[in-house]
Amino acid sequence: MPVSTRRILALWLPRLPTDRLARRAKGAPESNRGEQFSAPLVISGKIGNALHVHALETKAARLGLYKGQPLANARAMVQPLAIVPADEKADAALLDAIADWCDRFTPLVSLDAPDGLFLDITGAAHLFDGETAMLNLVMKKIADQGFAVRAAVAGTSLAARALARYAHGSIVPPGGEAAAVAPLPIAAFECDDKILRALRHAGLKTIGMVATRLSSELSERLGKNFVTGLRVMLGAEEQPLAPRRPLPDLMAEQHFAEPIVTEHAIAASLLSLAQSLSGILEREGRGVRVLQAAFFRADGKVTRITIRTGEALRDPKVMLRLLNQKLDTLADPLDPGFGFDLIRLEALLAEETRPGTLSFDSDENARRQIGFLIDRLSVRFGTTRVQRFVAQDSHIPEAAGVAVPAQERDFEQQNWTLKRRPGDPPRRPLRLLERPEEISVPLSEVPDGPPLRFGWRSARFDVARAEGPERIAMEWWRGSVGEPEAREGVASGRVATPRDPQKNHPNLTRDYFRVETREGQRFWLYRDGLHHQLAPRWYLQGIFA
Amino acid sequence: MNKSAKLAELRHCLARYGLPPDRPPLALGHAGADAVLGGGLRPGALHEVFAAGWSAGSFAALLAIRLAKSKPFFWVRPDYEGMEYGAVSPEGLLELGGDPRQLILVRTRKTAQALSAASDILACPHVGALLLEIEGMPKCLDLVASRRLAFAAGTSGVTVIMLRSGAEAEPSAALTRWQVKSAPSRNDDDDWGNPIFDAHLTRHRLGGLGNFLMQWNPQHACFDTADIGAVAAAPAHRPARASRQRRA
Repeated sequence: MPVSTRRILALWLPRLPTDRLARRAKGAPESNRGEQFSAPLVISGKIGNALHVHALETKAARLGLYKGQPLANARAMVQPLAIVPADEKADAALLDAIADWCDRFTPLVSLDAPDGLFLDITGAAHLFDGETAMLNLVMKKIADQGFAVRAAVAGTSLAARALARYAHGSIVPPGGEAAAVAPLPIAAFECDDKILRALRHAGLKTIGMVATRLSSELSERLGKNFVTGLRVMLGAEEQPLAPRRPLPDLMAEQHFAEPIVTEHAIAASLLSLAQSLSGILEREGRGVRVLQAAFFRADGKVTRITIRTGEALRDPKVMLRLLNQKLDTLADPLDPGFGFDLIRLEALLAEETRPGTLSFDSDENARRQIGFLIDRLSVRFGTTRVQRFVAQDSHIPEAAGVAVPAQERDFEQQNWTLKRRPGDPPRRPLRLLERPEEISVPLSEVPDGPPLRFGWRSARFDVARAEGPERIAMEWWRGSVGEPEAREGVASGRVATPRDPQKNHPNLTRDYFRVETREGQRFWLYRDGLHHQLAPRWYLQGIFA
Repeated sequence: MNKSAKLAELRHCLARYGLPPDRPPLALGHAGADAVLGGGLRPGALHEVFAAGWSAGSFAALLAIRLAKSKPFFWVRPDYEGMEYGAVSPEGLLELGGDPRQLILVRTRKTAQALSAASDILACPHVGALLLEIEGMPKCLDLVASRRLAFAAGTSGVTVIMLRSGAEAEPSAALTRWQVKSAPSRNDDDDWGNPIFDAHLTRHRLGGLGNFLMQWNPQHACFDTADIGAVAAAPAHRPARASRQRRA
């Protein structure tokens, strides 16, 4: 039987909903203490249309109430009884917050909704003086916060979970899962009532007894999933945990026995972390592209800031500078409160760096400096606000070039083709309006020709000369050019609102005219649709030099 | 040293106060303008372009294209300018002789952010040119901000072109100030040719002023003399206009 290589710590918070209420009552000001329940507290939930006991506090459990009991029965058994309807959202949020807090022990924390957590502590236990000490530490810290907690460590998640519920505090050595879970009752499977009933009918009362049966028998009766679950529980198979957040490629962290508060201390810690991360990166020949700093406050709040760089980065000073810049731009500044007891620097994405980093080539150096400048600007204003252009294979003017975040890729290879013949004036305007604006054209003098005058933005323009038409048909394979996917390309980056003219009759052919007004201003106009098809509407789309 | 020599030296010092360090000027291509400018536009300084009308703003972009040559060129603009004057089109830039691969566009929410982005960009000596587009007369763009830009430009040698639309000239640290509007092309011909600008050099801290008709040549990315009849040149030694009361 293969032995699982991971070590999983399962946490169970059996009284999460009632603990949440009790914690809130404790924190309330004196005058509101009336909310504290003197009677046993029960949380009611609905199954179908019937109310039942969703969760209950220890005091209520001692009186013989149990989870899943019909609420009417509970009421009949105990009088008085404080009953509060379940708030599953608040419970989930609280579990999330606890999971955040648990991040300080290992970056791989997985939710086991509604009231459990898995911590993958593989290779992390020695940082806390071994598994026993770590288990005790986790339990003590959570219990100190006012939660009832059960925990166990085993090689697979399901084994640890069953042990946390039925053999609290056990630590199973690698390979010992089968022996450890054997005496547990079959309820530890936490599966359907149907399956439990079937097992009971077969006279199987413990997991150990189930494990003695042939898997073919079991899968025939109870389904494949059950057999897989059983194998995981026995440690014969590993089941990967789903991490709550992306796992870092590399990380460096610093614990503080005494939480740090001052800006100076935080900066010093960040620098030393950046240096050690940079050391690891150097050894692996990699650089960081996405860097996250996580600040764990002593009271459990976790603040994370993320920076992205255009080029794999290794210099600790540059990392620190980018981090500081990001910290400066935060809407709500980093509040140390009672201090941070852990700061962690994670390389969420690390990339191979090209060899020859130290180049005396001045071009290479300039490229690097510009890349760093782009990174800094992107950190301050957001990646979508620092843009470069990518040529698109489209003849529609507003879709010909797309503005993309400048950090994204190399732009040197882009191919732009000139529209004008050498020696001719420009055929495309320097500025394109975010969306073409309708202009008022008095009835056209020549049926198919350019307007002689037009009104735009409450001004009138006399056309002195015009050139055109240049006929541009819309791409029939697109729904409508007014669609956001086609329009987003324009440097504006704003999500386009649907264009009225296109909504009514999409995909009209446009006849473009370059016109010069009497004062010498040059505009790009087009007529929507062919002249004989419908009453022409005119739009102004661009402004030439 | 006698008193008069000392005074002369002080005067010289004061005259040079706030001027950017000497760098070889870059010829614009227009002979008349280059002569007045003393060889061309000086890099590492702040140049202001006040545009009247819609097309004239391109003059600033053309100056930036000319100055950046093959180096990266940054265009910083608050969102409002994009809505009002249209988004920058890479195709249009290419048609004018620029290189879209070298253009890096920075869009900011507010004018103040645009100014701070500009000071970041000006700190990097590898930038070819910076075009800062600012509409109206925002409060944050005062003499101090303008001096700061000019100083940063002087230190790194990056030229900053400030494009002002819908604004009036106000005291600033700019080395040159241009009032530009577009000029109609030749009337007698069907071929209407390249864009022509009617550019008034209304402030020049190192020399004379002038009024030039400049035609952009996309082929060589430079300005030519526009040959549409003779236009009387403005007096060359007119003093810079007195500052107006700023609107609140």
